[in-house]
Amino acid sequence: MTDTYLNLVNSGFTKKLAKQLGLPRPAVLRRHSPGAPLVPGPVLVLADAASGKDADALAATLLDWDLDVRRHGGDDRYGAVVVVLTEVGAPAELGAPMLELGGVLRSLAPGGRVVTVSRAPSDAAPAVAAARQGVDGMLRSLAKELRAGATGNGIVLDDGVGVDAPSAVGALRFLLSGRSAFVDGQLVHVGSTGGAVPADWDRPLDGTVAVVTGAARGIGAAIARTLSRDGATVVVVDVPGAGDALAKVANEVRGTALQLDVTADDAAQRLLEHVSARYGRLDVVVHNAGILRDKLLVNMRPERWDPVLAVNVTAPLRITEALLASGTLGPAPRVIGLASTSGIAGNRGQTNYGASKAGVIGMVRASATALASAGGTINAVAPGFIETDMTARIPFATREVARRLNSLQQGGQPIDVAETIAFLASPQAGGINGQVVRVCGQNMVGA
Amino acid sequence: MAAPRSTTGSTPTGGAPDSPGPAGTPATRRAVVVGGNRIPFARAGGAYTRATNLDMLTAALDGLVARFGLADERIGEVAAGAVLKHSRDFNLTREAVLGSALSPETPAYDLQQACATGLETVVGLSNKIRLGQIDSAVAGGVDSASDAPIVVSDPLRAVILDINRARTTGQKLKHITRIRPGHFTPSAPDTAEPRTGLSMGEHQALTTAAFAITREAQDELALASHHNLAAAYEAGFFDDLMTPYRGLTRDANLRADTSMEKLASLKPVFGKRLGAPATMTAGNSTPLTDGASTVLLASDDWAEQRGLRPLATVVDAEAGAVDFVHGRDGLLMAGVHAMPRLLARNGLTLQDFDFYEIHEAFAGTVLCNLAAWESEEYCRERLGLDRALGSIDRAKLNVHGSSLAAGHPFAATGGRIVASLAKALAAKGSGRGLISVCAAGGQGVVAILEAA
Repeated sequence: MTDTYLNLVNSGFTKKLAKQLGLPRPAVLRRHSPGAPLVPGPVLVLADAASGKDADALAATLLDWDLDVRRHGGDDRYGAVVVVLTEVGAPAELGAPMLELGGVLRSLAPGGRVVTVSRAPSDAAPAVAAARQGVDGMLRSLAKELRAGATGNGIVLDDGVGVDAPSAVGALRFLLSGRSAFVDGQLVHVGSTGGAVPADWDRPLDGTVAVVTGAARGIGAAIARTLSRDGATVVVVDVPGAGDALAKVANEVRGTALQLDVTADDAAQRLLEHVSARYGRLDVVVHNAGILRDKLLVNMRPERWDPVLAVNVTAPLRITEALLASGTLGPAPRVIGLASTSGIAGNRGQTNYGASKAGVIGMVRASATALASAGGTINAVAPGFIETDMTARIPFATREVARRLNSLQQGGQPIDVAETIAFLASPQAGGINGQVVRVCGQNMVGA
Repeated sequence: MAAPRSTTGSTPTGGAPDSPGPAGTPATRRAVVVGGNRIPFARAGGAYTRATNLDMLTAALDGLVARFGLADERIGEVAAGAVLKHSRDFNLTREAVLGSALSPETPAYDLQQACATGLETVVGLSNKIRLGQIDSAVAGGVDSASDAPIVVSDPLRAVILDINRARTTGQKLKHITRIRPGHFTPSAPDTAEPRTGLSMGEHQALTTAAFAITREAQDELALASHHNLAAAYEAGFFDDLMTPYRGLTRDANLRADTSMEKLASLKPVFGKRLGAPATMTAGNSTPLTDGASTVLLASDDWAEQRGLRPLATVVDAEAGAVDFVHGRDGLLMAGVHAMPRLLARNGLTLQDFDFYEIHEAFAGTVLCNLAAWESEEYCRERLGLDRALGSIDRAKLNVHGSSLAAGHPFAATGGRIVASLAKALAAKGSGRGLISVCAAGGQGVVAILEAA
């Protein structure tokens, strides 16, 4: 739905008025459009004293992408700043690069990006771990300070994963690009050197077959369009009652429509039959189908509790299990679940929904090993407030509060969720497994 | 019409293409039903009141395209038609193709054979596939009783055409003065036969009375139709045969909870002046309906290349017609006459089938058809046979419901029947199905499908 306030503070007389009154002015986010530059200006690469080598390597990668790369701050209007902190050895060593970053933040272009690259603190010596964990708190705080649609995110590499690992490079490109417009204050964990850099960054999913459930409208339809744009052949699935909207999406993406209730006993079997008969392979499964039946627990009834769990988490569990057992999956399968910030932070009236969405997080964490053995990954995306038919039904005042309560002061669009899913589905995300990536504009609730 | 299977009377078989015939006889191959799509049928004046034939046919076509991943594909040919058709829709099917997700390079033609339109598109396109002229086809039909064409009266039309031909303003004005208030009474289409002036219902009432079909037998058939259709929905049978449209997800005419008591409470609407008791009600006659259906047909190769599993083979078909004008036969009895010819050509008896799909224009139509085939006298005297064709196992009749429950958008009924029967045959994995669809003008088409 339309965010009227956002439109008013970004155009004409009302823009001027809002500025003079000092009203919050959510920015029009920089989103991906094919052919547009990856970042809106030169990229500055900073590093702590010990991480120079990794910074050089990353700068070389950026140069390969034909970006204008700088190693020292100047008077430019930067499109992005990449801060490499992989070899930081003590908290005190964070100061120099961070203060240098602070010195150039005023020259960050609208829709600019700050991306930190650091290492996971686990098993490191206490001082090293303290410095590494420090990046986490610093980044989340910085993201809340950025304005004009700029975002701050981090890449956290496990020890043994170089900055040239496909997923380190892939995550960097994703976070710099307009594809990550509504991802803010997040740290993406790269756990292995798995995955591969795509032959064509614009069509990383070429030759793959993807299934998207709940694809008739909203976020599901956006996911189908985005996967198709990135090269996948898409099978869109939704309940028979939504078949007319589903057919439109299927024809738009030149895919096929499968009218199927994912909670049916034979759902996995019918899905597999369809995919194996038509395409002979399956590479990406997006468990997007989800429903809401909000009620305070004190008033909750089985007919409001049970379907939410059945659709949102039991069906993904059963279908994923059947897929793994089927032998239909391609050589590098990608399974993506839809969690929610409600499953992380909780939400009044959503004990059922919260249980189901937190359940999805449990599912992806616990399935990571099985997917890794199959050469693939399983991850979840946790959307915050997204502008859909579903959130349009929230009462006005509640909706206005909900959509402003994040660092970007606006709701996300379905495409924002879809872009993150398309990234996790891509070959360059093969080193990211068992993770939850939030697409919430750094929602104030749920950390 | 007969299928171009001219040389032998042997049973056509599935599998590999037939061996080449003698010189001049084209070799034939199988034509298979790959699947179908229809929109739920609505009662006239209901959910589709504002939908045109073009809207509905395009929607049914787009649902088929989505189901089978045919966006941008050039299909060999699309044929469909409508019984109640606006003159502006002279190219209805081609316009629907252009409005659909199919490749705009897909050719199309309109066909019209009253209520047999839908089935006849399946027959004609299957024959083209069997002859190798095309590899894929979409057959279909659509009808709107809500958006029916209304034409100006003949005298007014004559004046308007004269005005159009006039060269001077004076001449035009002279013609305008010929217009009279009475000219403005529009003529809407109805179901009356032009040669008898009787409505289809009144015609059937004559036949129903002649065969002494009881009210109870008709209500039982209607009840079975509703119960079978409801059960098919519950079982998810239509999940891959239907795409919702304009808020409808099921046929609006379906009354899952109807009963013999409710049906018995309805007043007769046809045959009230025949002397015999009037037995035909709104419950055991089909209502005016809006809807559209499509069927995807192909050669085995075309289907295989796309990973599509054939459901059934279109084996053969036969059209028939009767002389209802002079009362020799009932208006809707042509299928009865076509059937023995079809069975003989294929070396089959009426009992050699696992499913029977006899279109329920009226419950009485189905029951009169069955009674005629069971009657030694009728079969000898009217069909020229040695003996009766016999009875069928009623448990195999219209097992997923038929027109009494689903409704009957005239040209869309054939597609509904063919797709449902093909799916039933595929689910069974073997066997044959027999179709009979009656049509206005004393016509009818019968056809055989076989599990692929």
